[in-house]
This record gives sequence, C-alpha cells and structure tokens, in this order.
Amino acid sequence: MQLRHVDAGSCNGCEIEIAQAFAPVCDAGRFGARLVASPRHADGLLVTGVVTKNMAVPLQMTFEATPRPRVVVACGDCAVNGGLFAGAYGVAGSVHDVVPVDVEIPGCPPEPSEITEALRRLTGR
Amino acid sequence: MSTAAYFIGLGAASAAALLGAVLPARRRLLAAAVLSAAACLAALVGAGDVLVSGHAFSVHTAQVLPLTGVDLSLDPLGALFVAATAVVGLAVSCYSVGYGVHATPSRIATATLPAFLATLLLVPAAASVATFMVAWELMALTSLLALLTDHRRRRETRDAAQWYAAMTHIGAAAILLGLVLLAAHAGGQSFAAIAAHRRQLSLPLTSVVFVLTLFGFASKAGAVPLHVWLPRAHPEAPSPVSALMSGAMVNLGVYGILRVGEDLLGGGEMWWWLVVAALGVVSAVFGALHAAASTDTKRLLAYSTVDNVGLVLIGVGAAGALAAGGQQALAGLVLLAALFHLVNHALFKGCLFLGAGALQHAAGTRDLDRLGGLARKMPATAIFFGAGALSISALPGLNGFASEWLLFEGLLQGFASRSAVTVAALLAGVATLAITGGLTATAFVKALGVGFLGQPRSEGAGAAREVGPSMLIGMGFLAGGCVVLGIVPGVVLPVIDRATTAGLVAGASRAIRPGLGLALASVHSEIDPGLLVGGLLVALVVAWGAVRLAPRSAELRSPRRAAAWGCGRDLQTARMEITATSFAEPLQRVFADVLRPDHDLEVTHTAESRYFPEAITFHQRVDDAVERVVYRPVMAAVAWWGHLARRVPNGSVHRYLAFGFATLVLVLVVLA
Amino acid sequence: MIGTLATLVATSPGLLARVGASALQVVAVCVGGPLLLGLMGKIRSRAEGRVGPPITQGLLDLRKLVRKEAIRAEHTSAVAALAPLVLVSSAALCAAITPLVTARPVIAGGADVFAVVYLLLMGSVALALGGLDAGTAFGGMGSSRAMTVGAISEPALLVAVLALAIQAHTSNLPGIVNASLSHPEWLASPQRLLALAALVVVVIAETGRIPVDNPSTHLELTMIHEAMILEYAGPDLALVTVGEAMRLGLLLGLVANLFFPWGIDASGGGLAMLVGLVALGAKTAAIAASVALVEVSTAKLRLFRVPELLAGGFVLAAVAVTTGLVAR
Repeated sequence: MQLRHVDAGSCNGCEIEIAQAFAPVCDAGRFGARLVASPRHADGLLVTGVVTKNMAVPLQMTFEATPRPRVVVACGDCAVNGGLFAGAYGVAGSVHDVVPVDVEIPGCPPEPSEITEALRRLTGR
Repeated sequence: MSTAAYFIGLGAASAAALLGAVLPARRRLLAAAVLSAAACLAALVGAGDVLVSGHAFSVHTAQVLPLTGVDLSLDPLGALFVAATAVVGLAVSCYSVGYGVHATPSRIATATLPAFLATLLLVPAAASVATFMVAWELMALTSLLALLTDHRRRRETRDAAQWYAAMTHIGAAAILLGLVLLAAHAGGQSFAAIAAHRRQLSLPLTSVVFVLTLFGFASKAGAVPLHVWLPRAHPEAPSPVSALMSGAMVNLGVYGILRVGEDLLGGGEMWWWLVVAALGVVSAVFGALHAAASTDTKRLLAYSTVDNVGLVLIGVGAAGALAAGGQQALAGLVLLAALFHLVNHALFKGCLFLGAGALQHAAGTRDLDRLGGLARKMPATAIFFGAGALSISALPGLNGFASEWLLFEGLLQGFASRSAVTVAALLAGVATLAITGGLTATAFVKALGVGFLGQPRSEGAGAAREVGPSMLIGMGFLAGGCVVLGIVPGVVLPVIDRATTAGLVAGASRAIRPGLGLALASVHSEIDPGLLVGGLLVALVVAWGAVRLAPRSAELRSPRRAAAWGCGRDLQTARMEITATSFAEPLQRVFADVLRPDHDLEVTHTAESRYFPEAITFHQRVDDAVERVVYRPVMAAVAWWGHLARRVPNGSVHRYLAFGFATLVLVLVVLA
Repeated sequence: MIGTLATLVATSPGLLARVGASALQVVAVCVGGPLLLGLMGKIRSRAEGRVGPPITQGLLDLRKLVRKEAIRAEHTSAVAALAPLVLVSSAALCAAITPLVTARPVIAGGADVFAVVYLLLMGSVALALGGLDAGTAFGGMGSSRAMTVGAISEPALLVAVLALAIQAHTSNLPGIVNASLSHPEWLASPQRLLALAALVVVVIAETGRIPVDNPSTHLELTMIHEAMILEYAGPDLALVTVGEAMRLGLLLGLVANLFFPWGIDASGGGLAMLVGLVALGAKTAAIAASVALVEVSTAKLRLFRVPELLAGGFVLAAVAVTTGLVAR
C-alpha cells in the first residue's frame, strides 16, 4: 500500500504523528505501507488538515492523478470533520467535501498507533 | 562498365548544375534534383563495381588541363568514398525538391548543389597532383558558394563563409605545398609515378610532406584545433549542403590522409600515425563535450561531426601505427572499423542534418530551446531523426553500434602489440571511445527529447506541420540504411574490406569472417546484431504480453489520459519545461574547465526595496575555447600588423619611388 | 540472423538446454532483482532499529501494480509507452547473454562487454526520453541528471571490464569468466582489485543508491532517478520498477561472477545449473548486503560532488587497465 501524503491545510500536528508511525516504535513500513513521492505511484492519498480554499483544487488534482483503484485516508479530526477549524475563514470544508473518503482516523492529533492501525486495515496485515 | 557508369555520373551532375543555372524558376529545381539523383545512382553503380570486383580503372586525357592533362583513376579506396558520397547525395537530391519548394532558390543556389556534388565525386578519383588540386579547389569553391546561399538574409552566413574560406584555403595551400614538394622529388606528378618512386625519397622529406598534407586534410576533416569552421558553416548552410558537407566532404579529409600517408608515402614512420591518433583523441573528446553543451540543433550536429571524425582518425592512426610496427592483419582490422564508422557516419549524420533542416523548415527555428512536442506533429520526421540519433548513440541494432564495436575490438586486439607507445595510443583510443559514447548519448537524448518530446516551447513549434514526401523519402532512405547496416553489418563489410586492402600498402589479410553479423577472423570474437535485435523483440513482446494479460477489472484495461503531474500546481505551461540549456547544465558544470561557459546574471530590483527583484535575466554562452585561445590572438596579431603596415604607404609618390629603389638595391645585393 | 540460427541449431545439439539456461537467467534476474532490493531494504531497516517490510515486498508491490490502471499524461507520444518496455527488454536481453548462472549462454556471440554496456545504455536512454515526454519540469530535470551521471559512469564500466578483458585476452564475458576460473591467482592481481573498486562505484551510480542518489527521497529537487519516473503509474510503473531491479541484479551478478566466478555452471547439466543459481544468489546477496551497509552509514553527496566520485571510478578503471598492460 503506497500512499501520497497531502497536507491540505494542516497545523503539522498530524505530520509529526505520521512521521512517528513510520519510525522504529510503530514501524508501519513492516506491514507494507510506504509514503511515495508521486500520486501516480500511490494507491491512495493520506490527507491531513482541513481543506483550505487554496488546497481544494490541488487536492482534487492529486486525487485525479492517482491510478484506480484508489483510497482516500482522512487523517485527524480536521480532515474528518473540520475539527477546530470547521467553518473558519478560508476553509473549503473537510476532506469528504472535496474527494470521497474511504478511511477516517479521528484524533487531534491521532496517536501513531492509531494511524498504524488504520494503515494495517488497508494493507490487510 | 564501372568507367562508363562513373563518367555518366559525373556528366549527369554537371548537366544538373548547368540546367539549374539556365532553366526557368519553375522547372530548374526538379530538373537539377532528378539529374543529381541519376548522377548519384550512376556513380554508385560505378564505384560499387570497382569495390565488388576489386579492379581499378584509370583514364588519362591531355585535352582538358593544359600542360599536365587530367588523370582519373578509381581504385577500391577511392570508390568507397565515391559510394558514400553517392548514397548521401541520392538522399540529398531527393530532399532538395521539397526543401526548395516553398521559396525557390536562385539560379546560383540551384546550380551549386549539383556542382558541389560533382566535385565530391571527382576528388577521390583524381590520380595526379594537378588533377587532385584542381578537383580539391573546385570542391572548396563550390562548397563555399553553396554555403553562401542565404547570405542576403543573414549576416552570420557571411561570417561563417569567411571562416570557412580562410580555413579551407590555408589547408589547400598546405596540401599544395606538400604535394608539389613530393612531385618535385619523386620524378613525376601522377600518383602512380610517386608511389613507384617512394623508396628513393628521404625520410625528412616524406615527413615534411606528410605533416603539410596532414595539416590541410585535417582542416577539411574538421579535426581539433582546425575544426573552427564546422560549427559556424554547418548551421549557416542550407540543410542539403550541410548534409553533404558533413556526410561526404569531411570524409575526403580522411581520404586524403590515407591516400598520401599510406598509398603515396607507403606508411612511413610510426610517429606520423600517432600524431593522427592524437588528433583523433582530442577531436573526439572536444567534439563530444561541445555537442553535449550545444543548444542549436545544427551546431550540435557539427560538433558531433568533429567527435565522429575524431573516432575515425583514432582508427586510421592506430591502423597506421600498427602497420608501421609490422602488424598488418591487426592494422587491416582497425582500418576496416574506421572506414566502416566513416560510412555509418555519412548515413546517420546525413539523416540528422536533413532532419534538422526539416525542423527548421517546419518550426522556423533550429534552436532547441524553442522547439518541443514535434513528435506528435511530425511523426515521420521524428522517427527518422530518432533513428539517426539512436544510431549515433551506438545503441545495439543500429549501425553506430556495429562500427564502434568493431573499432573497440580492433583496438583491444591491438593491445597484443609489442610497442609500448602504440599500446598507450590504443589505450587512449579505447578510453576516448568509452567517454564519447556516454557524452554522445547525452547530446542526442537532449536533441531528441527536448526537440521532439514534451510540449512546444514557441508558437513556431506549435504550428509545425509534417514536411513533404520528397523530404521524408530523403531522410527515410538514410535512416533505413542505418537500420539495415545495424542489423546485418556483414553485408557491406567485405566491400569495405576491399577498400582497406587498397588503403594499406602492405595489404592486409581478410579481417572479417563472411556472414551477416560481425565476426573477427583472427580471434574468437563475434557479435550478431541481428540476433540481439531478435532477442530484444522477443523480450519486448513477452514483457508487453505479461503486462497486457495481467488480471485487471474491465474499466482499468486501457490507459487513462490525465493532465501531467505537476505536483498539484494548477498552472502548467511549456515555460516550466526543461530547456536544452538547462538539460546540458549539469554536464557543462562538470566539464567547465574545458567548455568555459560565460554566465551573465542581471537582477533588476524594484524601486521600493532591494529585497524584491523585479526582473532577472540570465544569459549563457558556450564559446569554443580553442577559437578563443588559438585563433583570436592570431587574428589580433594579424590585425595589429595590418594597422602597423598601413602607416608605411602614406600616399606620397616620393616614398613609393624610394621603396622601389630600395627593393631594387636589395635584390641586386642578394643576387650578387 | 536466420542463417546464424540455423548454424546454431546444426552445430549445438544442446541448443534447447542453452535456451533454457538463458531463460532461467532472465527469470532469476527478474525475481532476484526485487528480492535483492528487498534484502537491502531489510538491512537498512534493521540498522535503523526497525523491522522493515518483508524481503518479498517488492514482488508483492509488482503484483499489485500490474493490476492497476495505467495513466499517461496528455500530450505524450508513443515514447512514454515504449520506454518502460525497452528498459525491461534490454535488461532481460542483458540477463540472457551475461554469464550469471551458466557460463554458456545461448547467444554466445553477443555476450560481449561492449554489447552489455550499450544494452544498459539503451535502457538509460529509453528512460531519459520517457522522462522528457510528459513535458514536466521534474521529469526533464531527472533525465538531465541521470544522463549526466550515466555519461560518466558508463565509460567507467566499460574501461573497468576492459581491464579484465585484457587479462583474459577476450572481450567475451563467458570467456573472461572461464579464464578467471582457470586462473584463481588472478583474483588478487592489482588490476583486478582496482577494477573491482571502480565497478563498485559504477554499480552504485547506475542503480541510483546512496551516496549518488537516494531511492527513498520524497523531495523532487534532490531526485535523480525518481524524478524521471514520477509520471508512470500502474503497469508502466511495474515495468520500470522491475527493469531497475533487474539492472541492479544484473550488475551485482556481473560483479560477482567476474571477480568471484566460483560456483558458476561451466560444464552444463541440471545439477551444475542449480549450484550456479544458488551460488549466484549467495554471491549477489553478499554484495547487496555490503552495499546496503555502506548506504546506511553514508550521507548522500551533493549533486555536483557526484561527478568527482564517478571520475574517481573512471580513473581507477584506467589505472587498472594500465597496471594490467604494464604487468603483462
């Protein structure tokens, strides 16, 4: 399972936790998950943060650029339902307002173990 | 039969020149082209007959030139060069119909192309010093006129012509001096007489003759440091002329070195050939580096010619050195490889120059930084240019690979030589072959990838249309030759081997076992490009089938077209594409010591703050370092001398009378 | 070509066995390449204190990729579609003719140093043209950098193997391997050691490992090889990935057999071939492991320092050749 990470307007809290999910303690890599550089190489998007107006089109484009079958993982409360920033100025909405979401990881920010847990559900290992 | 065919060829080419000059505008282009093509076919038949049968012909007529008469003789060595010229000429004749169709060239331009062709066919058959020099001068003059075709439109053309004229005439003067010296001491001016008397010539004399003629022939072949006219003249000449210059004329420089060094002087000393090989090494590396850094299509091709001539000279030099060291069989193999590469170079470089002309014709520019996306608009041109570009990069299955393999094997076998100097030269040759291989691939990936792939970088490139059928036939003919010689090189090698035998005085044994592939006769070393291509095709089909047959849901079967991935930017224009300049930048930086690029960066700041730039302009030029270091000081010195000398004649009659008197006195003193 | 095939059939009754051996080599490289990459990844993970993905992850990813959708960028020509195929088939042909499992490959006449180097160049050229086809900024940048690195590493490869060719008096790869089998004392000769050092540099550059390139980078500006293939998806990406893995396996196998030829099948026969296969696996795994260990403990070089490393490799190779010539 290769994922392209898209920061749609995150406070970077989720980024720190994602980095931890791939670090030695949780090591999501051992279950076959990997972050890649291009959506063309990806099986899905790992979206963090509330979707700002500036990032709505790029997020849509990244989704379009991903080969099917593809999944979208919304990581963190902001991505799932807008969280703290719901309805704020400059916000286009949560991730599912822009692209269809398959997996949601709630939490502000979610624990590395929770991220790993969600990725394991995707890789099936 | 060969005599008749050859002279029909010469006659037809001359007739083409005549008709081009006298017919009205509508007819002259086609008439000249058809007659030139017929001339090339006839010459090819004549030369082919000499090569296959191995029998030379010779003709002497006292009527044409006063005092000396004309001697013409075509032996297999000359016939090989005639044949190579004829093949390129055939493609060029066909191509010139479409090339001139939009703006019908003037009478002179229409006439000079066949005239140039005729002189190219004439030079390898010249069999006496007088005939040779007349043919050589005719070639220089007709090529100069052909180069000047567009002089009304572009100032650069006149500059290029001046450089070319100067270089070619300095070279011709050196050749003339050398050959006259030779004829004076050998007791006759026909080549046969000189060759018969070569044993009586003293070594210092032959060395002087060789060095003088080498200088002249190397300037025609475009060896560094005498190459400076190529990157100027090739871009400025019309493409059919550039194709003939690069595919046929530079070959004759190599021909001259072989004719004088091996045939007339009998091989001579080893150091002669080591000098030739050294010229080759320097030319190959310098040419390849500049080709990798150039952004003008035809300038790139011109430098690539310097590179390939360098490789041929490495082979010629190594062959001469091995022959001088007594290893005739090896020498024959290496010379065979060099001549095979020369023939292949004529094919792919002819094809590439015609392709570059098609680019310029269709897109209005030959600057790679302003091209792009032409593969979709001009698919046939792209395929033919691609075939030439991949051949010159020596990819397996194309002719460049076949001859470079043979050269590599030949040099490798030469390591068995006893002479340490020869081995060192061979080592330099092999290393050069390796280095230029990578650099050439980079240069031509740039030409092909930036020119034909991606998106158009200018309006001209965006509006380009495929060129007409006659131009495509011309390019396709040469591209087809590249493919055929790449897959079954064995079909032409026996023929070239005959020229090799004629080229080396001692007569080499057959270097190649008969067959379609390449197999050395002396050692167990062989390669069959046809088999490699077959294997490649099998692997390609298997890989394609494996991907095609993978289980996949129905809606995912066919590839989806999507916007190119621009990292999420919604604005993606051709301005963001890489250009040829930026493609070459890393390599240029690596080899900055040789290439010495000039950078010029200007930053204009906004009036409010120096932290915000308003505009940034970046200029970069890669000038020829040899030109800057060698030629500029010489030219400056000549100009300085001219200025100095201008002070002497001040218009006073008294002073001139005094000069006359002083000279008279001086002459009397010297004579007394 | 047909004539050559006919003579091949007539002269060698074991043709079928040799075709089989070549096919086995292709399959071995095809499967072994991704496994070697997996092994290197595993060693890297372990050294970093992680468990890391299983060694077979590369093969699993390939199986997944071929089932996915292919995406081609608008405006691309046939080059984008052909480039991955050419990359894989040139690597496969190399694998078929190089002495890996057996020293008697089917196209004996093609198993030449020069042919192998220029077949590898063919793959590089195809990939670089593919990178330029979409007309994106990073694709072209990757092509430019990859060709620059290749322009210096390919000559070093050719000259390094030349040092061995001079020693064995042939440029035929099976010939070199057979000659070194019968002269074990050659292994310690100075030209061999110098050539080995040069080849290691070349292999690192050609396969895009640290310190030349970082295969796991996400930052486009630091990419060399990854930038060229940003545009490929699904089956195309599977081909590119397997092609690159095959080139890695091939180069490691070549280094293994040129310098440590023991175990290779020189006589023919099923058992010898099996031994050859196991020996190839063991030797390449050992080299891959040491490359991975070096990789973990070094930092990537600045892009414009890379040519210095490569030029060093070229000089080492040239010194190897000179030493060989002097020592004759």
